[in-house]
Order: sequence, then C-alpha cells, then structure tokens
Amino acid sequence: MAFIATTVFCFIVWLLLTASGSPWGTDEILAGAIFSVIGGIIARKILIKDFKLANPKRWAMLLAYIPRFFYEMAKANVDVAYRVITGKINPGIVKISPGLKSDLSLTILANSITLTPGTLSVDTDEERNLYVHWINVDEKILEEMPRPCEPICASFPKWARRIGE
Amino acid sequence: MEWIEWLLYIFLGIGVAFNFLASIGLLRFPDVYTRLHAGTKCTTFGSIFLSLAVIIYGLWKYYDGEKYMLTLSIHAFFALIAIILTNPTGAHAIARAAHRSGVKPARAVVDDLEEERK
Repeated sequence: MAFIATTVFCFIVWLLLTASGSPWGTDEILAGAIFSVIGGIIARKILIKDFKLANPKRWAMLLAYIPRFFYEMAKANVDVAYRVITGKINPGIVKISPGLKSDLSLTILANSITLTPGTLSVDTDEERNLYVHWINVDEKILEEMPRPCEPICASFPKWARRIGE
Repeated sequence: MEWIEWLLYIFLGIGVAFNFLASIGLLRFPDVYTRLHAGTKCTTFGSIFLSLAVIIYGLWKYYDGEKYMLTLSIHAFFALIAIILTNPTGAHAIARAAHRSGVKPARAVVDDLEEERK
C-alpha cells in the first residue's frame, strides 16, 4: 500500500516536471512509470508513513490555511524589517505546550512558527513541547508557568490539528 | 507597458527589498538566534515573491502562445514549494545545534530551554 502511494506520488511529480505545454509522449510516460516504480521500491518505507493526507478534506484545510498563513507571514516580515531598522529587541526562549498528538502536525506547527511574527522554533522534547525563541518577549507572559500559546502562535495549533491529526 | 509588466516589476521589487533587508539584519542583530529570524523570514518571503514573478511571467508567455514557457512556470513552482518547506527546517536545525553547543541568546530575559537542561 505504501509502495503504491509512493509510486503514484513520484509519477505525478514526474508528469508535472515534464509538462511542456503539449501533451506527454508515450515514451515519456513509459520512462516516468519505470522510474517511479524504482523510486517507489526504494522509498516505500521512508516517504509515506500513514495515509491521513490521502483524505481530500485535509487538502481543503491546507488550501484554506494558505491565505491565513501568508497574511501572518507578511506581518512577520514587516515586523522584522521594523526591528532591523530600529534595533528594538527583547529576546528570550519560551516553552509552549501546544498539545499536538502527531509528528506531522508538530512539523507543520514548528515550520509555521518559524515563518510568522517574531518567533523561531529552537527545540522540541518527548512530550511534544516546543521551545520558541521569541524576539520581543511580552513581560506579562513570564509570570505564568505553563506559558499560554495564544500570543506566540495565534490559532496555528488549531490549524495544525485540523490538517495533520 | 501592460499592467502585467507593472505587476512583475512590483513583485521583483518586493522580493529584492526583503532579501536586502535580510542581509542588513544579518549585520545588525547581536546573536545567532536573532540573525536567524532575519535570515529565514525575510529571505523566504523575498524568494516567494521572486519565484511568483517568474511563475506569472511564464504563464503570461504561455497565454501569449509560447507553449514551452509553461515548463518555466511549473519548475519555478516546485522550487517555491521546496524553499518554503526546507528553509524553516534548516533554520530550526541551526538554532537547535547552536543551543546544544552552548550559545546563549544575547540579552535574553528568559531561557526555558536552559532551565530544562539543568
């Protein structure tokens, strides 16, 4: 099953990479099929671990996530530009517990955190807590010990949960 | 000039401006972590706009009748996805390695990871 999924994935990527405005030739498709079967044999235990992402509902969620994510990213860049020019920083490493259950959603969350306002994920541990380097620490947060997620990553844990769990 | 050329110039301008800001950030920030902030966010954002300009140019030429330009668009799109996925991962790996080898965040008000290690 993992072999078939990997092969289909490789074949789709091949077709997209060799698209040239005119339909594919038979020899092109044949070569693509052979090479994707080879790729599927080699990578079947690495590339695809489970079949959650075969669900079209998750693709819709991912598409719905992109504009939101892009908006946050634009904000992040204006923020960094401001800090580059004025040099106002107040950094620190903060631990947050987003409470995610799968590695996929944790990856999505960590990558989103890195690309959004003023935060950079540094490390994780066994309980899937994230250590986030925050460029402008809000002093109010330092008083609470299980740090609140809200000011650091907005609603991203919710989205990561919808896409990856 | 057509409006699409204006769009291309605007996208290229935004991309170059943010890549420039990223390199200024590398010079101005005090330590590894804050430099990574500049080095990941701004370069990713700038590169997204540069590749979007290439994609739009390819689609425009394709629409004008040069069919082979579709290849340019699709390949630029793949490069874009690769950049978005690998850039934050690389930054994460660098930050983690820096913290493991004992680099303290400069002027830090709090360091939960250090306390966890003790």
